[in-house]
Parts: sequence; structure tokens; C-alpha cells
Amino acid sequence: MKILVCITNVPDTTSKIEFIEGNTKLNTASIQFITGPYDDYAVSRAIELKEQTGGTLTVLNVGTAETEPTMRKALALGADDAIRINAEPTDAYFVAQQIAHIAKQNNYDLILMGRESIDFNGGQVHGMVGQMLNIPSLSPVMKLDLEGNTAKMLREIEGGKEYLEAQLPLVLGCQEPIAEWKIPNMRGIMSARSKPLLVVEPASPEMLTAVSVFSLPPAKTGVKMIAAEDAASLIALLQNEAKVL
Amino acid sequence: MEAIQNKELIKGGEFLIKEIEANEIFIQEDFSEEQLMMAQSCKDFIAKEITPRLNEIDSQKDGKLMGELMTKVGQLGLLSVGVPEEFEGLGMNFNSSMLVAEALGGAHSFAVAFSAHTGIGTLPIQYYGTQEQKAKYLPKLGSGEWKACYCLTEPDSGSDANSAKSKAVLTEDGKHYIINGQKMWITNGGFADVFIVFAKIGDDKNLTAFIIDKEMGGITMNEPEHKMGIKGSDTRQVFFNDCKVPVENMLSERGNGFKIAVNILNIGRIKLSASVSGGSKTALNHAVNYAKERKQFNVSINTFGAIRHKIAQSAIRIFATDSANYRCGQNIDDAFEAFQAAGMDVAQAKLKGFEQFAIECALMKVHGSETLDFVTDEAVQIYGGMGFSADAPVDRCYRDSRINRIFEGTNEINRMLAVGTIIKRAMKGELDIMASALAVGKEILSVPSFENDFSTDLFAAEKKVIKNLKKTILMVAGAAVQKFTTKISEEQEIMMNLADMIIEVYVAESTLLRVEKLIGIKGELAYSVQKDIALVYLQEAVTNIENAGKDAITSFATGDELNGMLMGLKRFTKIAPFNKKDARERIAAAVIEKNEYCF
Repeated sequence: MKILVCITNVPDTTSKIEFIEGNTKLNTASIQFITGPYDDYAVSRAIELKEQTGGTLTVLNVGTAETEPTMRKALALGADDAIRINAEPTDAYFVAQQIAHIAKQNNYDLILMGRESIDFNGGQVHGMVGQMLNIPSLSPVMKLDLEGNTAKMLREIEGGKEYLEAQLPLVLGCQEPIAEWKIPNMRGIMSARSKPLLVVEPASPEMLTAVSVFSLPPAKTGVKMIAAEDAASLIALLQNEAKVL
Repeated sequence: MEAIQNKELIKGGEFLIKEIEANEIFIQEDFSEEQLMMAQSCKDFIAKEITPRLNEIDSQKDGKLMGELMTKVGQLGLLSVGVPEEFEGLGMNFNSSMLVAEALGGAHSFAVAFSAHTGIGTLPIQYYGTQEQKAKYLPKLGSGEWKACYCLTEPDSGSDANSAKSKAVLTEDGKHYIINGQKMWITNGGFADVFIVFAKIGDDKNLTAFIIDKEMGGITMNEPEHKMGIKGSDTRQVFFNDCKVPVENMLSERGNGFKIAVNILNIGRIKLSASVSGGSKTALNHAVNYAKERKQFNVSINTFGAIRHKIAQSAIRIFATDSANYRCGQNIDDAFEAFQAAGMDVAQAKLKGFEQFAIECALMKVHGSETLDFVTDEAVQIYGGMGFSADAPVDRCYRDSRINRIFEGTNEINRMLAVGTIIKRAMKGELDIMASALAVGKEILSVPSFENDFSTDLFAAEKKVIKNLKKTILMVAGAAVQKFTTKISEEQEIMMNLADMIIEVYVAESTLLRVEKLIGIKGELAYSVQKDIALVYLQEAVTNIENAGKDAITSFATGDELNGMLMGLKRFTKIAPFNKKDARERIAAAVIEKNEYCF
């Protein structure tokens, strides 16, 4: 069983987001970067599957050298090796191309990633990779078990859940509760630096999108408190101000 | 560690008479990626396993919970950070275990259980055990399979530990000791498998230490104590009733127990300072978050100067504690290496290293625990009325803080111990304080010097202030020792004054050196807030040292001697005026923007 987990290196959810260079670039100066939370679940499940099947686990990230601590965390958790594609991951198509390029050379049985990154929140990469490799892709997968070459999955759908079965190889976008997130143990941390971390240049430079400008969401306005007995004022506000009635 | 260059090995207490360069000290910003990842694992462990169960832990309804959490933290390898590799540990240096202690310091009662197990529970075996004892116990204590506790205190023997009444009597066949006695305040007592027990053999003057396995029998205990804070810490009275211990379970030699107890407590003290720094950060973070959410007069209360002042003061003290803690931790690590290089075995070298820095360990125990008390008190104040509610998180911070000034030697005992050790070493000639004190005495009588007053080097003026503060201490201590000679230790109020002065100069200097080192790496612009912190701390240290010095000298000097010393005090505590209010505003703004302690 060869497993590939693609991880993202994203700003911590508590970071203060600021843009620079005419609102075209994120100011990374004082931002703490973390593994994408959905990717964390994918890594955790992959480690469990690796242990069950006795397979190998590779982590992949499209990013610059600053992302290596995030990759070493995955190695500390139990991945066997890591591949970093040395490029800024700004475009979903570009990222998917890089992953597909590596995957084609290595014949992974299972490619896992978070359902979406939490910076651009595109949620497109797993679908694109599936298309490029001509194998099925499914997302968001909440439960994943393997029986031989068959993956048994639970997926969230509009208004409910569905149970699915598919043959490997597969590309899956993961979300909780596919596994409990794991904490790197001390021996894992100490051995992470001695595990292979291969840096490769991007296979194809093609990008389909470019950022014109970023803008922050408007600041939240204050809450208006209406006394419980004053329903008339509430209705008036909903009709005239919020214009929802 | 490569960051420390041109290092000359410094002795414990020598900071009082030596000028230290910034690149000679270790700062927490020097920690490697692996060490930071270890600290992150600790924080993740708290978030995942501890914070959601704080009430459950404190209720102690599930008597097994704390033991299970200790097993889990053991599985992560966190109980074996300092255990030698030979005994299946990670064999990391002392500063790494300081970092882990700090990172777990915000775990309330769990932090106490963790510290007791890894410190006073495991270290006596690690440093004093025979090869067989280490091989039997350390792997299982490091993995968390066995949990340990430390039984020293008795109902009538607390600070005066060597007066313990527990007895060990050799059996006729010479194969066992029969131990009888009552111990109290035993942390982890309820779930421990291994007990480090101190008892007296016959009419010995000094205690002897034993390693007792629970399964040896003869151990009973009371229900957990009801406490003001750290309610989840399983603290019990433990009774040894004809507990039969094989002679090979004696730790070190007969009569060595008191020495073991004292040396192990030295280590515990500096680690406690690291741990309470983690607790201080947790309390401050609660307060900063609340101050942002809480609105009065239509604005967040974090916009008010009075609140911002509290946030800044808390951050300053935490930063200062960390600066001195990791400086001291590295000094201890360096001493280990030097003693080992001189041919000592590992355990002996470690003990010597801790003994060498017993002064700094005691000083930091006091400073760290008093910082935690200050920070939690201000956190409750920032919460206002809500802070008095048992539902607010700062309620637990406030209650849990208080014990830290009491255990591991009360802060009063530690103050006296630090000053007493300095005086003792000076008398023995191990610390060349006498010559420096004499030089200061002469300087008071001479015309003030203006040399170096115009240097433009970073912190040149502040370093001169530190140098003068050290002179203040030498002046006051020198005069006091001259006056009271060997009876100085009976003058407890003066010993307290001296300890306060010494703490302030050690911490102020450490803070200044940390910031100087940081600025040397990335420039002044990147560390302007840290610079504010160092400058505010120094201003306050000067005021505190002046006050404590005046307290001391007016208590024992009169007439011309008093006037001469008061003039010396004035001269040596001179510092250029500095706008502390604006500096605190910048510090508070940085913390509020990040929504947490961020240095």
C-alpha cells in the first residue's frame, strides 16, 4: 500500500490578515503557519492505514522552503518521506498539476488531502488531480476503511450522508471525523530530520489564474438589541433596514 | 546552541561580580525547530486532553483520570525528555526539559502531577541510583508505565525536613529495612507505583532515602486532601506500616537522604520557575481575550489605560522570568559538560552542576512564582466582577497559583538559602565577593567617575546601571556581613532585603542581555517592543533595589556610616529618566494585537 498525503501550509486561524503591495500579496511577516486542519485529519488517517497495512506514507507540499517545518511535523507524526515542490501554491490547477506529475511517477494506491485549504478554500485540487490521473476522486470523506483493494467510505452530502465503496486507486478530500488528530511524539520529532525530504522544481509552470486584488471582508456591524415586547420595531427593522422581509 | 560563542564558564552566583556579554547567554529564541516542535506537542496535549477536562480533573471524581493522563503523556515521550538514552530516555539537555516544563505549565493540576513525577519522583533514582536501580526503574518511569511520588514532608517536619520522624529498621537477617512513618502532602500519592521515601535509621542525624514499590505492601493512605487550588492534584497523607523494603532499594548511602532531598529540590526550583511561566502566560491570555470582548462605556475595556497598564506589566514580568530561566538553564547545562569533561560520571556531573547554580535556582523559584501571583491577580482584576465568579477561567488560575510560593521550599526559605549560599561561598573564597565589596567601599569614598558616560553602544548606559546595581548589593551585603558576621543568617529581614535586590539585578540583567542578543540578530526595529520591556524592567528594578537597600541599611547602620551608605545608594541607583507609560502602551498594544502573550 503506497499512500500519498498532500498537505498545505496555511496561516493559523487566529492570525491577523493584512495585505501588502497594493493588496496583491499577503503580509506573512508576523503570521504563524500551520498544517491545514483538514490535512491534519488526512495525515492522521493515513498513518493509521499505513500501520494497518504495513505500507509506506509520503507527504507532499507545494510550497517554498518556509513550509519545511510543517512537512517535518508530518514526518514526526509518522510519514516515511516527504516531497516539496518548490513553488508558491497560488493556483489550484497549478498545484494539481504538480501533484499529478509526482503521482504518475510513483503509482500511489491512495492519495489523501484535506477537503480544502483554509487560506484560499478552493476545494478543487482533489477533483483536478483525479481527472489528471484518470482515477475517481471523492470529497468530503468523513470515514475511510480499507478491505483489500476496496475503500469503504462515508461522505457528507447535501442534507445527509452516503456510504460508498470504490476500488483503489483513489483521490480523497478528507474532513473530520475521519481520524482523531494526532500529536507528534518526542521520538518522532527527533527522527524527523533524518527522514528524506526531497525538493523538486515544479514540472509545469502553467497557471490559469492570477490574483488581481485581495480585500478584507467588511467589518461586522454592531448587534441591535430589541426588547422582547417590541415586536413592531423588530419587524420594521427587518423590512426597512435589513430588507429581508 | 551554536548561537553561544566565546563562552567562558561562569560559576553560580558569579553574576554579582562579573560583567556578562549578550552572546554568552542562551535565550529561548535560540531553541531549535525540534525543541519548538516538542513544546508545540505539549501545547497540543493541553488543548486536546487537559483543557476540555479541567473540571473533571479538579473534581477527582474519577480517581483514575490523572493516572491515565500521565500514561498518555508518557506515550508521547514527554516523561523521558531528561532520562538518559542508556535507560530508554531521550537524553536531552536540561534546557529542553525546562522548555517542556514551561509548555506544560498552563495545564493547572496536571502540570503539578507531571512536575512531581519527572522531577522529585524520577530524578533521585536518575542521579543517585545504582546501575541496577536505574535499569529497573528509569525505563518504566520514562514511559509512564510506572508513576512516581516523593515522600519527604511529615506533619511536624516541613521546611525543617531533616527533623523527619519516619524510621527504618534493619531486619535481623540484614536483608530488609522495615519502614514506619507518616508522610503528608504527597503529590501523585494516590496512583503512584514508586515512592521515594526519606526515613532515619536508628539515631542517625540525617535521613536516608529508599525506593519503595507499592507492591512491597505496608502502604496505606488517606483520601485526597481538600485544597485551595490545584484541586486535581492527587495529594495525600501516606502511611508506612511495617513496610518491608529490600536493602538493595536504599538510594545512595545511609545518611545521604537529606543531601539528596536538598539537591533534588534545587533542580525542582528552577523547573518550577519555567512551569509557572507557562501558567502566567495562560492567565494573561485569558485576561487579554476577556478585555477585548468586555465592553463598558461602549468600548472594549482593552482600550483603557488602566487595563493596558496591567497587560503590559504582566507581559514584562513574564518576559523577564523567561530571560533569566533559560540563561540559568544553559549555565547548568554548560556546567554539566565541564564537570563531565573533567572526568566526573554523568550523574555526578549533573548534581554538581545543579549545586553550582543552587543560588540562581532559588532566586528564580521566588521570582517565577511571584510573577505568577502578580499576573493571575491582575487577570482577575481585568475580569472585574466576572473574575470573582467560579465560572471564569481565571478563578482556577488564581487558586492554582498560590501554592507555588509555598512548595519546593517556601519563598522565604529560598530567599534565605540564596543569600546564605552566596555568603557561605564568599567566606570560603569560592566566590570572590570580598575583594569586589572592598573595592566598592573605596569607591564610595572617592569622587564619582564619569568614564564611559558618552558611549553610544547599544545599552551602554543601561549596562552601567546594572554594574552600579551590583555595587549597591555588594555595599549593603558587605556592611551587613561586617556587622553581624556569622549571625547574619539570623537577621531574616535583612536576608530578605538582600535576596530581593539580588533577584532584581539577575532578572534585569538577563532581560537586557536577551534583548541585546535579539537586536544583534535582527536589528532594533524588529525588537523595539522587547527593548521597551527591558528598559521598563530595569527602571523598576532600580526603584526596588533602592527601596530594599534603604530598608536594610537603615536597620543596622547609624550616624556617618549610615549617611555614607545612603549617599552610595543614591549614587549607585542613578538612572536616566524614561517614559515608562509610553513604553507600556507599546507593549500592551503588541499583546492586544496578537490577542496573547507574544514574545
